[in-house]
Amino acid sequence: MNKQSMLDLDKNPIFITGAVETALGEVKDQTELSMLALAARQALHDSGMTLKDVDGIFVNYMGEQGSVQVGEYLGIQPRYADSSDLGGAAFEAFVHHAMLAVSAGRCEVALIGYASRQRSLRSRTRSSATNNMSLTAQFETPYGLPMPLGHFALMASRHMHQYGTTSEQLASIAVAARKWACLNPKAWHRDPLSIEDVLSSRMISSPLRRLDCCLITDGGGVVIVTNQQRARDALKKPIRVIGAGESHTHWHISQMSDLTVTAGTVSGREAFSMAGIKPSDVDFVEPYDASTLTVLLAIEDLGFCEKGEGGDFVMDDRLAPGGALPMMTSGGGLSYNHPGALGVLLLIAAVSQLRGEAGERQIDHPKLGVVHGIGGMLSTAATVVLTND
Amino acid sequence: MTDQDPTIYGDSLTQPFWRAAERHVLMIQHCSNCGHYQFYPRPFCLQCESDHVEWIESKGQGVVYSSTTVHLSVSTEVEPPYQVVLVELDEGVRLLANIVEGDCDIADRVEVIWRQREGIPPLPVFRRAADKNLPESIRGARS
Repeated sequence: MNKQSMLDLDKNPIFITGAVETALGEVKDQTELSMLALAARQALHDSGMTLKDVDGIFVNYMGEQGSVQVGEYLGIQPRYADSSDLGGAAFEAFVHHAMLAVSAGRCEVALIGYASRQRSLRSRTRSSATNNMSLTAQFETPYGLPMPLGHFALMASRHMHQYGTTSEQLASIAVAARKWACLNPKAWHRDPLSIEDVLSSRMISSPLRRLDCCLITDGGGVVIVTNQQRARDALKKPIRVIGAGESHTHWHISQMSDLTVTAGTVSGREAFSMAGIKPSDVDFVEPYDASTLTVLLAIEDLGFCEKGEGGDFVMDDRLAPGGALPMMTSGGGLSYNHPGALGVLLLIAAVSQLRGEAGERQIDHPKLGVVHGIGGMLSTAATVVLTND
Repeated sequence: MTDQDPTIYGDSLTQPFWRAAERHVLMIQHCSNCGHYQFYPRPFCLQCESDHVEWIESKGQGVVYSSTTVHLSVSTEVEPPYQVVLVELDEGVRLLANIVEGDCDIADRVEVIWRQREGIPPLPVFRRAADKNLPESIRGARS
């Protein structure tokens, strides 16, 4: 039991009972709402439930007022609603919030969901440009830093300067993601990739090249969180949530106190301490790979190695299939799918590993997985610890 | 805090910064209670939470804390490739900026100059400084 709070997850465990991808890739024949609805119905079916059972909605980035339009579309009037805006980390934070809400009895069946057609709609922008007089418009936008890749690039440059990290080391993260994607029939990119391929791809924002950066695709998913009693109805193996944490550090890159240290230090510490685990207990990790740099910093900030040693850590296929610490086991945002907010798909990838449903990508009998979301310009982080034990 | 003047660029807290920019003077905030410097402006000191923050003139000198060269088109104001850096001023605050008149590396000393803009105040950007002596604090950071 976590001694710092009233939460007693041993006595009243919390489970993920449903975890389903929406249509992925290029989605022409659905809307965002219909994509989410179809995934919600499947995730609830796997949970032995229907839409009528849902009394908590945890959704954002689906139009104005977060959960409200999704609630209406699905015909759900919730008694608990949450549209916290932590960017791509929101979905790991939603698991944290849903765990607390379900534990406190404020809702019983929490639906976490997201869908986007950012590829088909070409809605992604590179600039933070606005016409308003925000601090960003005054002090950041005029300098043309791509958002968020330029921010990642500044972090990568500093890490290289401070610790001697190399472009080859960053490239090996992209290569590991691709090796997983080659085993995933749903992955966007499935052709083999070498470190040389990454290093010869077009420079975007130095030191980051095109193949250091994530995809832009359509996609999304739904995750159902509930209590032990309701989890008994599940048709598939329920996966227990044993730790969660979240944090954020900055909005403007000038306000990030150390460009090599992210909010993951706090979200990871909170989640690992709630779960009562240490990094060496972890069988696999699903880090948010918005770029190779975000994985490097996640590895260090979650404590899998010392600060500054991430570059050495990722070499020799350690993260790849058959490696000592598998990461990005779907192929990640780099090679599988990146619908603008990958966080929900990271949860689904971890659940599929812990259920033993990952097909060719299946890790040998994993017990403990960590999902680490990030958001904004690596401004936010939220970490979830899952087990099938 | 000053009342916002709709004829001056900026918000009610940043207008003193932009007014000084018209004179090519880089202003940052200083706490007269604890001595902390900060940027962008706030109505309190982030370090000691005192209300006694005042605008002071920065010497406009610092070092490059981090750097990237952008190769894709983001803004109509700058043509790629161009360099975006975080400058750490000698007073200790960081600013995002461009490097002009050549490239700079991390830890290079830089000084402020001003980019003229149509209809709005000049923007602080930086160039390599004549003085290349690094302060001890920066040299120590790379071990």
